Amino acid sequence: MKNLLLAIFLILVSNSGFSQNIPNVQIKSLENKIVNTQDLFDGESLIILSFWATWCKPCIKELDAYNENIIDWAEETGVKLYAISIDNARSMSRVAPFVNGRGWEDIEFYLDPNEDFKRTMNVINVPHTLLLDGNGKILWQHTSYADGDEYELYDVIKEKSSK
Amino acid sequence: MRRNLLEKLFVICLIVFTNAGLFAQNNEGQIHGNFQVDAQIYRQDSAIGADVPPEKMGLNTYANFTFTKGDFSAGLRYEGYMNALLGYDEQYDGVGVPYRYISYQNDGLSITVGNFYEQFGNGLLFRSYEDKSLGYDNAIDGLRVKFNPYKGVYLKGFTGKQRSYFDVGPGIVRGVDGEFFINDIFSALSENKTQVILGGSFVSKYQKDEDPRFKLPENVGSFAGRASLVHGGFNLSGEYAYKYPDPSADNGYNIKFGDALLINATYSQKGLGIYLSMKRVDNMNFRSDRNASLNNLQINFIPAITTNHTYSLAAMYPYATQPNGEIGFHGEITKNFARGSTLGGKYGTNVALNFSRVNSLKTTPTVDGTGYESEYFAIGDEIYFQDINVKIHKKINSKWKTDISYLNIIYNKDVVQGLAGYGTINANVAIADVSYKFKPRHSLRVEIQALFTEQDNGDWAMGLMEYTIAPKWFINVSDQYNYGNSDDKLHYFNVAAGYKKGANRFQLGYGRQREGIVCIGGVCRNVPASSGFNISITSSF
Repeated sequence: MKNLLLAIFLILVSNSGFSQNIPNVQIKSLENKIVNTQDLFDGESLIILSFWATWCKPCIKELDAYNENIIDWAEETGVKLYAISIDNARSMSRVAPFVNGRGWEDIEFYLDPNEDFKRTMNVINVPHTLLLDGNGKILWQHTSYADGDEYELYDVIKEKSSK
Repeated sequence: MRRNLLEKLFVICLIVFTNAGLFAQNNEGQIHGNFQVDAQIYRQDSAIGADVPPEKMGLNTYANFTFTKGDFSAGLRYEGYMNALLGYDEQYDGVGVPYRYISYQNDGLSITVGNFYEQFGNGLLFRSYEDKSLGYDNAIDGLRVKFNPYKGVYLKGFTGKQRSYFDVGPGIVRGVDGEFFINDIFSALSENKTQVILGGSFVSKYQKDEDPRFKLPENVGSFAGRASLVHGGFNLSGEYAYKYPDPSADNGYNIKFGDALLINATYSQKGLGIYLSMKRVDNMNFRSDRNASLNNLQINFIPAITTNHTYSLAAMYPYATQPNGEIGFHGEITKNFARGSTLGGKYGTNVALNFSRVNSLKTTPTVDGTGYESEYFAIGDEIYFQDINVKIHKKINSKWKTDISYLNIIYNKDVVQGLAGYGTINANVAIADVSYKFKPRHSLRVEIQALFTEQDNGDWAMGLMEYTIAPKWFINVSDQYNYGNSDDKLHYFNVAAGYKKGANRFQLGYGRQREGIVCIGGVCRNVPASSGFNISITSSF
């Protein structure tokens, strides 16, 4: 019965006139401040979202590669990079000292300790990178990381930013 | 009781109506989702004790669908176990839609009915989450309200029942939580360099007392307070949680209160990070069914504060939180020696030193129903776990990269795995992980690992080679060799290859899986030895 009610409610939802793509979830900054994911999007800039964790080796390699390149990419295309850590209460306090100790100065980091944002973006495993437009529309995504994957991302950013 | 028919109806309705919304009206409703299937075809392999189950094959599949439009969202997850992979609980049996929700948010108010995941503070009192590799899912089925009435004030409340496989548990869980950003609330402080955040929560559970012998509490309450202070590169945060007496199968039906304390202190600046953590837990198993065991129906989450290792041999002896009582510390220093410095060389060098240790509590038995008393800051004599490790990351030139790790681990197998007679294992592990780039998109990675121990199964060696052609192809071959085992010197050979395109990943493998423990966040699952083919497909859209 409950499910029927839900389904009926869905008809109403799908026939109402709202339109917005931007995911609306609360994440935290490294200073523990609550940030709404809608605030990451400015309507114009391309956004890279990279989901990672301190315990994930390929994620660390990937962020090393992004950190080496992001200044150039941003200058050329205006793209912004946000790295979303899914470290839970076990290791989320470790994220800030870890990224500083790693020397990743050019990436903006956020925490998603109960994976709400990860679930909203339908990410299964980390590392997982998405490229979205300024309104939250997914243009491209990629799961896992191998050396050289960043070249593909760069190609896509160039292609999408020139449109 | 299965709710299959209604769930099926729900799926059909969701798909039909949302499609109608997408195609007929073009009003920008969106459907996203993901799909995952893990299958294994088992092969008899008596050498490692791997048996073939009667069904010969295991298959876990999950598909999530999320529909969003404006302030509304709705979603569901289909799950199928035909049959569940070995190592997953047999109660994961058959197919169904155990997860579905609908939610609305507007003007700082968010309402969800159906299933949801949520966490208060660090989760010491309440965390509902899912982890498919653990087979863990304690989603609440109920109602949640989140409200942001003023700038800097975040309130949450919920009530519901917890998921237990394809059903829900017998108890009801309810709770409220508030988080207050002091610098946002008082505008005079908004420019202050010290940022203060305070929070508090109350969680209680209700379960009918049907015990013929004892009068057990039907309602058990708990509360927690937390604070976080940030000043420049310093960050100090702590949470204390208290639980009223909660006789359960976990604690031998004692009537002692439970409590937990978690303190984290970190300092970081450019190129340097320091992390210190301390935890004390006493009688803090908290479940919505007092008779539940294993990973079932847990309301709270007590994080393990030890390093989560992922290299195969480093992960041989993972720590699992002991909610009945433990006291532990964890410290780490990460330093990046800049490029051009003596230790940094041309590309910089990254070094991390890490220490963690967990001991028993110091307790004295009591004669009343509480069972024991514990001294607050005293450390008990029994070591549960210790890990001292160092990791060095070095990029040698544009082609070569290396990661070197060394670990010394003390692992109290009896306590951590709840066994008797195995004692404590002392192991040293050394790992070299080297990658070489042939061309910008072609690279080879080699891992050499060795584990030395006098106890348990003795020494192990492992080699792995992985060749990747970015962004699409990979193949890897590995062997773990238990050469120090006095009974049987076994090889665990594996080969896997995969293809990735965007967010789709397809992997095929063949080999032997050693018996072991998979742990995430201190929550663990035993995986039996197995042998055979495995197939894994994941896709996000």
